[in-house]
Amino acid sequence: MIELISENRCIQCGLCIKVCPTNVFDEDDAGMPVIARQEDCQTCFMCEAYCPVDAMYVSPQADVSVLVDEQQLIEEGLLGSWRATIGWGPNSKGSMAANDTVPLLNGIRDRRRAAQA
Amino acid sequence: MGESAEIRLTADVLVLGGGPSGAWAAWSAAKQGAKVILADKGYLGTSGATAPGGTNLLYLPPDQAKRDAAVEDRLKGGGYLSEADWIYRVMEQVYINMELVAEWGYPFPKDADGNVSKAHLHGPEYMHLMRRVVAKAGVRILDQHPAQELLQDDHGVAGARGISRLDGRTWEVRAGAVVIATGGCAFLSKGLGCNVLTGDGLLMASELGADLSGMEFSRQYAPSAAFGTVTRGRLLGWASFYDGDGQLLHDGTGGPRGDDFLARMLRNGPVYATLDQADTEEKRRLLRQAHPVFFLPYDRSGIDPFTERFPLTLRYEGTVRGTGGIRIIGKDCSTSVPGLFAAGDAASREKTAGARTGGGAYNASWAICSGTWAGQGAAEHARLLGSASAQREGRPAGQYGLASSARTGKTTEVQMLTENIRREVLPLEINYFRSVPVIQAALDRLNALWPEVHGQPPETVQGKVRAREAAAMAATARWMYTAALARTETRGMHTLAEHPAMDPDQAHRLLVSGVEQIKLRKEAVLGGRPSPAVEEGRLIL
Repeated sequence: MIELISENRCIQCGLCIKVCPTNVFDEDDAGMPVIARQEDCQTCFMCEAYCPVDAMYVSPQADVSVLVDEQQLIEEGLLGSWRATIGWGPNSKGSMAANDTVPLLNGIRDRRRAAQA
Repeated sequence: MGESAEIRLTADVLVLGGGPSGAWAAWSAAKQGAKVILADKGYLGTSGATAPGGTNLLYLPPDQAKRDAAVEDRLKGGGYLSEADWIYRVMEQVYINMELVAEWGYPFPKDADGNVSKAHLHGPEYMHLMRRVVAKAGVRILDQHPAQELLQDDHGVAGARGISRLDGRTWEVRAGAVVIATGGCAFLSKGLGCNVLTGDGLLMASELGADLSGMEFSRQYAPSAAFGTVTRGRLLGWASFYDGDGQLLHDGTGGPRGDDFLARMLRNGPVYATLDQADTEEKRRLLRQAHPVFFLPYDRSGIDPFTERFPLTLRYEGTVRGTGGIRIIGKDCSTSVPGLFAAGDAASREKTAGARTGGGAYNASWAICSGTWAGQGAAEHARLLGSASAQREGRPAGQYGLASSARTGKTTEVQMLTENIRREVLPLEINYFRSVPVIQAALDRLNALWPEVHGQPPETVQGKVRAREAAAMAATARWMYTAALARTETRGMHTLAEHPAMDPDQAHRLLVSGVEQIKLRKEAVLGGRPSPAVEEGRLIL
């Protein structure tokens, strides 16, 4: 579930509120996004992927909320890691689609099947 | 919703849903010159089962022998409920549309021979691209605007009404034609991206009298980390499986296992896996780059899935990777309601997938094609009705889970109702290991719950959305089990313990219609093949 919106990093662009498929966030009076309905989070990682300043962290734990420490997430390279993997943002090492190895896996699968047959 | 809506718009074509099928439908209708509005519960780009993950495609070059073989394979695998000409159509259309996706800038990778491969799409980039294409085509996109009910008049569907989740304002779009592309129903099971898929479109279409088809083919679960949501099973073909004591659950080495392996093992207790068949750095790299999202839960939990054991569960995928949905009656994905078209997982996918799961290539391809065809059909329908079609005064048709349809003053306990519905559909013991008495008892309990959809929705925006979702889920569950009990055989993904063999006399489709009272009918499969009399009494997956 979504566990962190970094106050240090958030630029109050409102994109997370707009892109969340399950309507987890609200905007507070100061214009900050807040995690208003954490229990509705479907752990799809999309808010994190779209956040332009890597201010969000979605824990992989879908059913329980866990405490996270922003500094520790930064040190472990987890804050913004999914966005970078997709190929978005300055820390990216290239497009996930362009580096897709599914065609190579399909080749291995087809050779395996041919060998069995 | 008797009062007039706060936001009032008109369009030639209204598309409900912003996953792949909705995006393709909106693009396709706009390309025909129609004025198009797309309204999504969430956000076009992130909504639905495709965006957070990715999809394989039924992408075969125009090589007749290969395509013939694929069709033969599917006719058999689909329990002879699919239709050859529809599968050929899908293969042709996907091939055309992927050329477009490449032109639009999706960076397709190359295979081992250096040829560009268009058989797989990563969700985030694919749907990000589709949003750009749809917007550029002139479609007006209403994000966070769930549709709650259709409008109808004597000529058929006339638009829809809903609510904005951002500010609570009600909206109404009057339109000459409507495409339902709201996805299937996964009952909030937290399969990746699936919690927006609550069967809303099935209920809306049914309230206008549309038939549903194939609802018994809803026995589909997908593996994910027990603690997580990433329902991606393919890489488990590289795994060995263990019980809670670390004992191997199979003979010999790991590798691909039968479809029901995990369900049978989970019946006995916890199941763990390790991707130990990826035994070289190169193989591990290939797996990681093929499905990065698979590794996200493990990387973030400090688990090395190649060397350490990780716990697995099965998450229910309902009609999302089942094949049931709104019955299609025309090649343009029209339904039995004039002006109403269905696309993607909201539609029955039996014409291409048959009784077998549409997951893995078929559903994704169907979304692209049915969206394209429905968009064209809807634009043509609106054009024939003429420019005044969007001025029609449609009556709101919603009858369940809405303030306007409430029959009591009592506020519905939506969360409790939702949990009670989920309790009947999620358990493997009920819905996977199907048997007549167990399904019948679950259906009886669902029928007993049903009157709760006549209560008042809570006052909050979320309460209003969820009350309607609960009504849609309750209806969907009842349709599923009604159809499951009527198909007294085992075919494709549907099984009943009492009827373990395929019955040649049941090579028809099952239609359900009606919400309060559910009616059942049979439909012959045109262009299908007769079932072989002997099918070894087992699933032919």
